[in-house]
Order: sequence, then C-alpha cells, then structure tokens
Amino acid sequence: MTKKISVVEKIHSANDQLALENKQQLDQVDLFSLNIMASPGAGKTSLIEKTLPLLKSDYKIAAIDGDVATSIDADRAAEAGATAVQINTGGQCHIDAHMLRNALMELDLDEFDLLLVENVGNLICPASFKLGTDKNVLIASIPEGDDKPYKYPAMYQDVDALIINKIDLLPYVKFNMEYFQKGVQMLNPDLITFLVSCTTGEGIEEWVNWVVEHIKEKKAA
Amino acid sequence: MHELSITEQIADIAIRHGEKNAAEKITDLYLVIGELSTVIDDSVQFYWDLITEDTICAGATLHFQRIPANFLCQECGKEYQMVDGELAPCPFCQSTKMEILQGKEFHLDSINII
Repeated sequence: MTKKISVVEKIHSANDQLALENKQQLDQVDLFSLNIMASPGAGKTSLIEKTLPLLKSDYKIAAIDGDVATSIDADRAAEAGATAVQINTGGQCHIDAHMLRNALMELDLDEFDLLLVENVGNLICPASFKLGTDKNVLIASIPEGDDKPYKYPAMYQDVDALIINKIDLLPYVKFNMEYFQKGVQMLNPDLITFLVSCTTGEGIEEWVNWVVEHIKEKKAA
Repeated sequence: MHELSITEQIADIAIRHGEKNAAEKITDLYLVIGELSTVIDDSVQFYWDLITEDTICAGATLHFQRIPANFLCQECGKEYQMVDGELAPCPFCQSTKMEILQGKEFHLDSINII
C-alpha cells in the first residue's frame, strides 16, 4: 500500500543550516566577510589583488579561494598580502557551506578583520548555495555582454553589491549600460553598484570605502 | 556538477523522512521548482538512479512541478508572468519596478512510501 507523506522541506536546507553556523562563527569574532562571485575571467582575483594593498596596513585579511583545481588564485591573494587558504572543489562548480566550514578551521579567525571568499567562476550554481558570509558580491565584466542579468536572474536577485569591472573596455566593446542596468533594476532595485577597472584602478577607491565602512560597522555592532 | 550536489541533498531529505515513517521503500518524490530558483533538468533523474542505488529510494520516480515566475508591477499594480524564461518589463506600463510574487520555490513537497 502506497502512503503519501508530506515533507515540505527546502532542498537547500542542510546547506542553509551549515551556512547559519558559519555566520554565527564569524559573528562571534566580529569578522566581516564577503562572498565574491562571478563568471570565469570577470576579475575576482584581480579585484582582490587591487583591494588588498589599500587595506592591509590597517586590517588583517584572510582570503579563501575556491577552484576546481590548482592554487593559482590563493597564491595571488597571498602575494598581495592576505593569509590565503585554497579550497579545491574537486570538480564541483561552487563552494558550499560545508567546504567553507572546513576552510575556516584552517584559520585563526580571531586574528582577522576581513574575510574574502572567492567562489568558483560560475554564474549559476553559487547563487543557490549560501555560505554564511555577511555580503554577497557579484562581479560582472564588460566583455561578458549586457544581457547577463536577463540570462542569469537567480545570480542577480540575491546579491548585496555589484561590481561592473573592465569599464576601460567600454569604448571597444558593444555593451549597452542602460539595458544592463535596467535588467539589474528589475531583479534587485536598490543594489549598490561600483563601476571599476582593475587595470586602470578607476573606481577601486569607492569600492574599498564600502568595504571599510562595513568592517567598521561590524566591529561596532 | 551542480545537479549532482542537488540530487544528493534531495536524497538526504527523502531518506530522512522515509526512515522517520518506517518506509520500506520510497516510490515517488514530488518536487516544486520555481522558474527563478535554479537550473535543473532531467539529468537529476540520471544522477538519482546512480546515487540511490543501495538505498530505500532506489528506483523512485522524480516528479517536477514547475512554478512560473509571477510579478507584481509596482507602478500600475497589475500582475504578469515571465514569458519564455526571459525577464521583461511590465507589459502594461513598461515599468521595471516589480515584486517577485512566485518563482523562487525549491523544495521537496511530498514522497510516496510503501
């Protein structure tokens, strides 16, 4: 005899629970954390490289880098002044809360003021897996095209800050900023947006000021 | 590989509820998936058969109930649906200010057990 059982449980509930535990762990030591997401080549590591020199004299920074393989990104973050931990996801296209928890164990969290988590380059999967970080940041880059908010709505609707990178390429690439931002506005109307070039350094200061503001806010809380 | 980790999560939830209800076997799973929630396709059934081979879920059928994305226009107050999976302004007044009413669902609604 078949019997119907009501379940009504979110598919991501186990990951969400672990994310909550990560958040509690980070809150205990007032460590402000960012989950940085983007497609491959949008400039996640370059942004971290540009951000660290402006912060490292005042703040201690840890970077956790997720990649399918290699430690290239963690090496670059370490070179730029962070204490870096590499997560190799072994083929998985995103970091999940469990992987982050394991990486957090390798760090003496009490020592740090800022944690940067560099997710795997991907515009689909990381959106579904919360990590427990304070803010989710998405980097879009000009050469990717202006249709990305329309094609990857899940990624755009839940982030807390958007960086549009490689704006130095605007004169050379077909990219309709108005169309792009219209799509973003539909999904996430009050999203704070930074126009940045990691090559020329334009806009980096505004972004760094935003980060500093939040580090201080968390410490004061 | 996205589908693989999602399939594992679905199996964990189903097995937990099945065991709680002393199921010998889980025969069907009813999943509710909003159009905006995640990319998921028939490969889940393929992974399912691999992952659950030696569990009470072996051979179970996955049923997908897709929920279309529904928006409420903040300017004119009318409701509208997403067409062909593409985000578009309000068809009545062209405003881009909208509230998402549904389409973000992603849960296991129920299971059938023996």
